[in-house]
Amino acid sequence: MTKSELIEKLATDFPHIQVKDVESAVKEILEQMAGSLAANERIEIRGFGSFSLHFRAPRVGRNPKTGDKVELDGKYVPHFKPGKELRDRVKENT
Amino acid sequence: MALTKADLAERLFTKFGISKRDAKMIVEAFFEEIRLALETGDQVKLSGFGNFDLRVKNQRPGRNPKTGEDIPISARCVVTFRPGQKLKSRVEVGTAKK
Repeated sequence: MTKSELIEKLATDFPHIQVKDVESAVKEILEQMAGSLAANERIEIRGFGSFSLHFRAPRVGRNPKTGDKVELDGKYVPHFKPGKELRDRVKENT
Repeated sequence: MALTKADLAERLFTKFGISKRDAKMIVEAFFEEIRLALETGDQVKLSGFGNFDLRVKNQRPGRNPKTGEDIPISARCVVTFRPGQKLKSRVEVGTAKK
């Protein structure tokens, strides 16, 4: 499912809400979530999961083209931990 | 303070004037539609944010940490999230030391 398919599904779920409002809402939800993580703020959605940041320690990398050493700074990367309801609902579909 | 569904719904009301009742329903359904897609084995791709993928895990040995008893962890399907390039760079820039 893509973002546009998600918008279509929600538009079908709520025929009384204008499609443009559904579209703005989906984009805004994702924007809020990305902005929250960029500000190092966690996201907690009960039954879905939580998003937080994990630290990656500084390391010495290599330029794959030249083989030169490159010092890489530590950085934060987004991490998702699925919530109990989501875990239980996908578990069986092997 | 963590971002919650209530914060997201409040924002839809203040930014677009979507009624509080509709805003709450949209936010709830947003996450439910993602769960439904994953539950039916469908990957979810939200461009600019990231992808929710499904991975099949084989059965592996485990144990009850309380009793120390050996119990196999059954084969199962799990959700993994792969942040997109745009989200990763926003987080890197946003959290970089000034």
